[in-house]
Amino acid sequence: MSASASRAAEPAGEDPSGPTPLLELSRVTVRHGSVAALSRVTAAFAPGSITCVLGENGSGKSTLVAVLSGLTRPEEGSLLLDGRLARFRSPRDARAAGIATVWNDLAVSPLMSVWRNFCLGAEPTAGVWPLRRLDRAAARDTTVRALADVGMSGVDPDQPASTLRPGERQSLAIARALHFGSRALVVDEPTAPRSIAGATQAGQALLSARARGLAVVVVTANPRYAHLVGDRFLLLASGQVAGNLTREDVDADNLTRLMAGDDELSALTDTIRRTHPDR
Amino acid sequence: MTAGPLPGFRSAAVHRPPHRLLGRTLARPSTAAWVGLVVVTVFFALVAPALVSAAGLAGVLDRAAPLGIGALAVGLLLVAGHVDLSIGMVAAASALGTGLLVGEAGWGIWPSLAASLAGALLVGLLNGWLVVRTGLPSFLVTLAAHLVLQGASLAVTRAVAGTTVLQGLDEAPGWSSASAVFASTAQWGNGFFHVSTLWWLALTAWAAWVLWRTRFGNGVFAVGGARRPARELGVPVRRTTLTLFCCTAAAGWLVGTLALVRVGSASGGSSLMPSIEFLVAAVIGGCLLTGGYGSAVGTAVGALLYAVAQFGITLADWDPLWFQTFLGVLLVVALLTNGVVRTRLREVPQS
Repeated sequence: MSASASRAAEPAGEDPSGPTPLLELSRVTVRHGSVAALSRVTAAFAPGSITCVLGENGSGKSTLVAVLSGLTRPEEGSLLLDGRLARFRSPRDARAAGIATVWNDLAVSPLMSVWRNFCLGAEPTAGVWPLRRLDRAAARDTTVRALADVGMSGVDPDQPASTLRPGERQSLAIARALHFGSRALVVDEPTAPRSIAGATQAGQALLSARARGLAVVVVTANPRYAHLVGDRFLLLASGQVAGNLTREDVDADNLTRLMAGDDELSALTDTIRRTHPDR
Repeated sequence: MTAGPLPGFRSAAVHRPPHRLLGRTLARPSTAAWVGLVVVTVFFALVAPALVSAAGLAGVLDRAAPLGIGALAVGLLLVAGHVDLSIGMVAAASALGTGLLVGEAGWGIWPSLAASLAGALLVGLLNGWLVVRTGLPSFLVTLAAHLVLQGASLAVTRAVAGTTVLQGLDEAPGWSSASAVFASTAQWGNGFFHVSTLWWLALTAWAAWVLWRTRFGNGVFAVGGARRPARELGVPVRRTTLTLFCCTAAAGWLVGTLALVRVGSASGGSSLMPSIEFLVAAVIGGCLLTGGYGSAVGTAVGALLYAVAQFGITLADWDPLWFQTFLGVLLVVALLTNGVVRTRLREVPQS
């Protein structure tokens, strides 16, 4: 998948920055206590494109995810969906609007069964209140099909999620996000280290979501991975936007350098050269 | 471009087909309590044959019913990862409140019961609000609530009525209908069965359905077992917790009301013991103190086990003090069993 192919797929005559954004952050500020986790961040996420959010630990990446998926409300500024102000009171609202998230802890409850995990927070129900109940057949069925879509077949939906291997937990999280995210997919890269197969699967899910026209936001600390899948790159540093680039602007090495901050990287190089002359 | 199955991810399909049934049975929260119930019943049936009679059954059920109602509510709260130590005092205080309104203010029994229920729910709301708002351990918050209620209910009752035992409430308007609802009995053989048993069984069935078959119940498990994922997936964590604290308070009110209407009098309590008993019955019934695991039926079996032991010791003519010892042993065994279950559930993924 090359960048030029994706550009060609866009309708002609749009404004040069790409199609109308699906999700926009406009001067969003979020504080954790007295520390500003995000400070007047403005960004746009277009449908059918993958935006990689890059930054070091503590640069506000996870807060950005929390805002996009309705977990945190911006203290100042606004979140726009289709150009209209979106007020998500909880991730449930965001999911109802078609924005699904793969959380960096994968959001799997180990003591619950696979199907209960899959539809947690958005369970299919049958009947009317007070007799409204879980539609367990539908939930199991949906779970099995959605898991098969990401290549995980032969799973008993009734087994506890604690019996899943780490890779399978990721599959569950991705399958869930792909199932509930009809318009936007937000992926906070798992903090736990993962296998090549796991990363491959995640990357493939992202590209397939893009092909279906979703706005995809990937939060990662790995610039090489980002350059592999991303169309646009949003660089965060200390809660502020430090750069907003397209794939044409940078190559993977430049991206690495930008992410670390040019000055810091040259300072680091100097120090290492000085202490270890053989490097 | 499609996300076809990836070669590296072709399923870990082998999910231990042999011993599935055994595994499932062991993973049930109430299994240990069922085994314990059978063992204890057989033991006391041999030691005190009077237990196996209509009168014996009636005695056991009569003890188990209020215990089971409280244990049920505490058990649901345990599944959500919290404890409530104030429920026993809510029972005593709401009975005193009802008694004061009937005896001193001259209200009818139904308005008094409604008022004391509202008061109990308020206590539950306050408990829940403090827990979700401050993140303080529910153990301490509800212990504080217990102390506040204990002092306030006794002091107010003494100041208003001059005594802490309110008697002669059965002349209140509407008493006969209240008595029919909360204190009717049926005779079978030589045993008198109380309507509290029906309350208990109906509530247990309803709670089991809510826990396993509704969206709310799914949320309860998630809130207790994995709070952060629950938040991330949009489960209303705070509302669920608040609702459950209101349920324990309402259950406390029901326990107090069943006792009040049966004897027509109310006396203040000052012990933490009733709350501890509910907790013990729920834990014996398989609810994990750490949350995320437990069952409604389990709490009922736990309460039954508790009642059989208590009544059996009385029938066998042992020193009742042995009951406490027995209870402690039972609790340790239950905790150890729970620990085994938890390890089993957590360890499997490493296989």
